[in-house]
Amino acid sequence: MQANVTGFNPTFAYNTLPPDWPGNFWLHWLIFTIILIAFIIATVIMFIWFERRLIGRFQIRLGPNRVGPFGLFQAIADVVKILTKEDIVPQKADKVVFWLAPLVALVPVLMVFAVVPLQSGAILVDLDIGILYVLALSSIVSIGIFMAGWGSNNKYSIIGAMRDVAQLISYEIPLVLSIVGVVLLTGSLSLSEIVRAQNIPFILLQPIGFFVFFIGSLAEINRCPFDLVEAESEIIAGYNIEFSGSKFAAFFLAEYSEAVLLSALTATLFLGGWSGPLLPPFLWLLIKMFAVFALIVWIRSTLPRFRIDQMMAFAWKFLLPLALINLLLTSLQIVFWPEASSWIIVLLSFAIGITLILVWSKSFKPGGNKVGI
Amino acid sequence: MVTLKTEPFVINLGPVHPSTHGVFRLRATLDGEVVLDIEPIIGYLHRGIEKIAEGRNYKQDIPLTDRLDYVASMSNNLPYVMAVEKLAEIAVPERAEYLRIIMAEMQRIASHLLAVGSLANDLGTFFTPFQYMFREREKIVDLFEMVCGQRLLYNYMRFGGVSHDIPDEFIPALSKLVSTMPGFIDEYDQLLAENEILLARLKGVGILPKELAINSSVSGPVLRASGVEWDIRKVDSYSVYDRFKFDIPTGVIGDCYDRYRVRIQEMRQSVHILEQAIEQLPAGEVLAKVSPRLKPPGGEAYAHIEAPKGELGFYLVSDNSEKPYRMHIRAPSLINLTALREMVIGWKLADVIVTFGSIDICLGEVDR
Repeated sequence: MQANVTGFNPTFAYNTLPPDWPGNFWLHWLIFTIILIAFIIATVIMFIWFERRLIGRFQIRLGPNRVGPFGLFQAIADVVKILTKEDIVPQKADKVVFWLAPLVALVPVLMVFAVVPLQSGAILVDLDIGILYVLALSSIVSIGIFMAGWGSNNKYSIIGAMRDVAQLISYEIPLVLSIVGVVLLTGSLSLSEIVRAQNIPFILLQPIGFFVFFIGSLAEINRCPFDLVEAESEIIAGYNIEFSGSKFAAFFLAEYSEAVLLSALTATLFLGGWSGPLLPPFLWLLIKMFAVFALIVWIRSTLPRFRIDQMMAFAWKFLLPLALINLLLTSLQIVFWPEASSWIIVLLSFAIGITLILVWSKSFKPGGNKVGI
Repeated sequence: MVTLKTEPFVINLGPVHPSTHGVFRLRATLDGEVVLDIEPIIGYLHRGIEKIAEGRNYKQDIPLTDRLDYVASMSNNLPYVMAVEKLAEIAVPERAEYLRIIMAEMQRIASHLLAVGSLANDLGTFFTPFQYMFREREKIVDLFEMVCGQRLLYNYMRFGGVSHDIPDEFIPALSKLVSTMPGFIDEYDQLLAENEILLARLKGVGILPKELAINSSVSGPVLRASGVEWDIRKVDSYSVYDRFKFDIPTGVIGDCYDRYRVRIQEMRQSVHILEQAIEQLPAGEVLAKVSPRLKPPGGEAYAHIEAPKGELGFYLVSDNSEKPYRMHIRAPSLINLTALREMVIGWKLADVIVTFGSIDICLGEVDR
């Protein structure tokens, strides 16, 4: 592994391939992109099925079970239904923005997968600024959502779009800061390196970091309790209210790809990625992704939604200080106590983490009051 | 520095909107997310029930009352038949009085379960509390089906009693329900009211002060949540309610949380009343002899009950014919709705939905 190559370097990427992989770099690029997109879509379909079945169980019902065994093909039936619907563009819409919005939302999510290692070496580009690339691109999705809200010229949409922007600014900072702890421990921004550095999963060394990252990622994928952007009971569907047919399908795919992405990232950053005993590494990654997603679904099916001001107060006053303290503690440990045994660190960080979160959550009140008019 | 001109914008919540519990429309003027003004617009479900009632005879009007608050039909039958009984001076057998109270209290539990479930839905939980509330509501609806064959619009009460006596298996099933229901209520209350997000969304939101509550004539759980101990079952006791022991739960400041809490506690009190009613239930007739072509003597009568949503009253004027000369319905949903504007101004858009949900209206009753 060449360690000090910066940025996008085809040679470097080529070197991560198994030696008997056919063709040159560009052939590899083409084949692997197709594999990746197939992987994403297959996982999205599995996630949709998984979520619907799981939510069904949470809601004392069965969930979809008619199409195929255990309702496995329900998602495919849904896709066929969505794609055959009429594609309606509102008369007063900003046509160009309206057309571009689904693409702007979908493409960056797919691009992020380029740096997510599916197993050792199974990665399109092993960027050594991988984390920065992930954060930069996944924020672009919000631009797509804002474009959708603006372009459809609908009042509900614009409220949803404005909420998304407020949300982006609020959660992105704690999210990034929580990853810095992981980066400090690893000493690298490359996602493969982060996985290799996890002799014990970072969730044990960085419990606060995991906590903040997980909540931040819920906000990033607009999942409950941060689904303000498409709050069904308030603004009906928010930004995608005017979208139908294949454009809606693109948004839907973007949303679920983001869920897949965030599950994969959580698994990679905190749960040890592809590493694990006995089973093949790729399967381990999938298992961890499904575990993370099950947690997301659990939260979705049980928690009510934050109000927008409460959500921002939560991000700025609760998550951000926690992320900063986590960063400080991690840096102190690395500078002053680098030789500490990891299990002591695990115990200490859990003790500190649980105390901090409990104490903080007792004193923190999201509040929000009536505005004088 | 250039100051950009901003202006409030008007948004139409409804009539087709997931959280308006029907076809209610709300014109809201917003400054960003903050609500500057709202204007409720009603009438999308107007069927002219009061007018239709004038064209049919007294007995034919009973099914019409089912269509008012269609999630609490039993409670709608009761004040209408009480008003007619007052007009025509019909005596009701004791067993029938007890059956009416059993039905009304079961209906109160069913209606409050629905209210709490849909409030949770308005808060943004993805249907899970709603499904659990409906599981319990199903058991009550099954019991209603047992006595009158219907699951939504019961048409069960008659002048001078109720249409059928209860089947033999009803009381054991009801006892089972009564013994298990407190456990479910506690469980759901624990799951909901110990959730920090839910508390943050409900506490202090949409406050209805005591004076305003009294002045705007609201009733039912909304009034009691504002700290007024007013329950028709106590202050103007009807039927045989004076034979039961129960408390009137009240709130403190009249926010959404108090309204939620009053409903939860009222369900417990209803279970308590049901327990006593099963014990005291006498044997005997359930329907007095009343002429099918009832012609009450001329005059007027008003009967009101404590329906799940508030004071439901029927005002009837008779001109000694087969048909009522005039029927007026005091619909609690409509009158409770009048306080909505004062409750939500200055709050966020999301709070409007929650406050609206916490009032618990039924559009069938608002528009009539």
